[in-house]
Amino acid sequence: MSKIAIIGAGPAGIESASMLARSHEVLLFEKSSTALSNILDKAYLFPDFSSATDIADSLNSKLINENIKLMLNTEVVDIVRNDSEWKIVDKSGKNYFVDAVLITTGYQTFDATRKEELGYGIYKGVVTSIDMERMIKYNQIVNSINESPKRVVFLQCVGSRDEKSGNRYCSKVCCVTAVKQAIEVRKMLPDAEIYIFYMDLRMWGQHFEELYRESQEKYDIRYVRGRISEASSTFDRKIQIKAEDTLLGVPLKMTTDLLVLMVGMEASAGTKSLGCKCGIEGEYGFIKTATPHLCDNETSEKGLFVAGSCKRPMTINDVINDARSAACLISEYLR
Amino acid sequence: MDESKNKRYWNEYQKEIADDKFFYERSCIRQTFFPGSEAAFLKIMREELGKDIRDEANQHTCTGIGYHSDIVPLETTMTVVARLFSLMTDAGYENYVPSCVTSFGIFTEMVEMWKEHPEMLEKTRKYLKEATGRDFEAPKNIAHPSDIIYKYRFELKEKMKYQLVNRFTGKPLRVVEHIGCHYAKIFPEKGIGKAEFPYVLAGMIEAWGGEVVDYPERRHCCGFGFRHYLLQENRGYSVANTKKKFESMEPFEPDFIVTNCPGCSMFMDKWQYTIAEMENKTYDKDGYGIPVLTYEEMAGMLLGYDPWKLGMQLHQVQVENLLDKIGIPYKPNEKYRGANGEILPSPEKPMNLKV
Repeated sequence: MSKIAIIGAGPAGIESASMLARSHEVLLFEKSSTALSNILDKAYLFPDFSSATDIADSLNSKLINENIKLMLNTEVVDIVRNDSEWKIVDKSGKNYFVDAVLITTGYQTFDATRKEELGYGIYKGVVTSIDMERMIKYNQIVNSINESPKRVVFLQCVGSRDEKSGNRYCSKVCCVTAVKQAIEVRKMLPDAEIYIFYMDLRMWGQHFEELYRESQEKYDIRYVRGRISEASSTFDRKIQIKAEDTLLGVPLKMTTDLLVLMVGMEASAGTKSLGCKCGIEGEYGFIKTATPHLCDNETSEKGLFVAGSCKRPMTINDVINDARSAACLISEYLR
Repeated sequence: MDESKNKRYWNEYQKEIADDKFFYERSCIRQTFFPGSEAAFLKIMREELGKDIRDEANQHTCTGIGYHSDIVPLETTMTVVARLFSLMTDAGYENYVPSCVTSFGIFTEMVEMWKEHPEMLEKTRKYLKEATGRDFEAPKNIAHPSDIIYKYRFELKEKMKYQLVNRFTGKPLRVVEHIGCHYAKIFPEKGIGKAEFPYVLAGMIEAWGGEVVDYPERRHCCGFGFRHYLLQENRGYSVANTKKKFESMEPFEPDFIVTNCPGCSMFMDKWQYTIAEMENKTYDKDGYGIPVLTYEEMAGMLLGYDPWKLGMQLHQVQVENLLDKIGIPYKPNEKYRGANGEILPSPEKPMNLKV
């Protein structure tokens, strides 16, 4: 029985571990104290509003397997080839020897305080999509003075497709996430005005376009094409935003009770660090695969595989499929 | 003040500021509009902080206004800047302190350009040598005087006789701080607090007992905008921008405005007269307008310097109400006394703006 190290217990790590554990021994490393922390932050998942908790429970149940050893609070700091095997080094200096390695270190959300002009971390009325997800989950959508907001504005592309923050790429999931969150806000606040400011709406996935249409027809979500240039606080503690409506070609100023910044995905610290250590660091700190079309789970190092959003922004569906693909390739490699 | 803001309000980003041996460069316009400010800065540096600061007699324009109005070419600006630096080099100083925010932006921009394009530096050396026979070295440190006052704000506080507190209510004075665009909007990392939440004036206000007013149009231009004012046809646009700021700050009832830029001080002060005459509108409760101070005046006033020696009587919006709020004594009869002690005639009163 071969031994495999999987670094990162997110959906990619757990899904691949459950498949590989059918015939191999898996060491699943997770630096934090819980698995699936990125999913547990969410209430419902697009496009069908599946419960994030149910998805997380389902994935977690796959860990009940005697061939999977989950090691929480164990940060991997180095991966070194040692002849035909790999040496994994954790933060405490302990070594583990395995036959193959799968990196599934995932993403982190963009730190919205880097966009100072949008006031996150300064004004309570400015929140991120992650904060909004928690508000929805716990049914507590409130403005800066803990009142139910009368107007909610979502802003797309915060830290994505943005030269100033250095992230020129699209994070792929934010467009539809804003549509989903806007609908959830509408269900909870039937009388609120809800706006989404966007550059263009990339409804690329199955049911995404339908959800976008439904948000307008059924839920009265209003869309404004334009980026918000700055947010500030008014005397009555609302958030004043300035933008340009690029369809009408006019500058626009409005106040809102809540401004929701749709933060993009960046390579996690672990992804950047391991990518650099293993010589497989790609653009923007994500991991570079051997080739983008036919070898997208392999790296330039034999026996070192990669799956999930440590490669680029992905939806959970994409991550699960990618993890299964990596598991198949690893099984073949070890055969 | 919006209590919903958390403690990360105003980014306390710091930058390198020299400790001593400064070479001071005066502004083209400040001595006309805010005539005591530069003298107050030199007094504070020498007498309060014990610093060596050289006030060079042979200095001249940095070309800033012409450069930003597109009438002075880049090569000319570089050569003129190089001559100013040559004065500093000759005097044996390395830390450059330009009084004007636009000059600060110009010097920073030229030095950064020379770093990125060494061939431009060589060309500038050649031009300066050919034109004047002079050589120069770029400064080791460029700091705006407001950076230096900010750096020593707590030392100065120890020496201050007054605080930014309303003596009638015991509450902190509400202060609008306005930062010149060329301070941090060109090179954010060259300004304390960077461009979006500059801390240079806010730090002084907070240290000296006041409360910073964060109003929606805080970042908006003062209305000068160079070409927007300099072309007479555009002046309506200039005053409209200043009006937008006043309307935005009005509900917060600020006690005064402080700026670190010659243009901002002038426009936010003088346009209050213009708006009052055009629309019979002032942005305080009583019709006097909101006083506009330079940071040197603010510091000097709290240190106990005579308000009239600071030149505060030459503001458009008069400062007596503010002095009364803080409890700073002044002699009304001495307000318009000339340099030789003679009593000057009082200025004509505006129609709508109370003085």
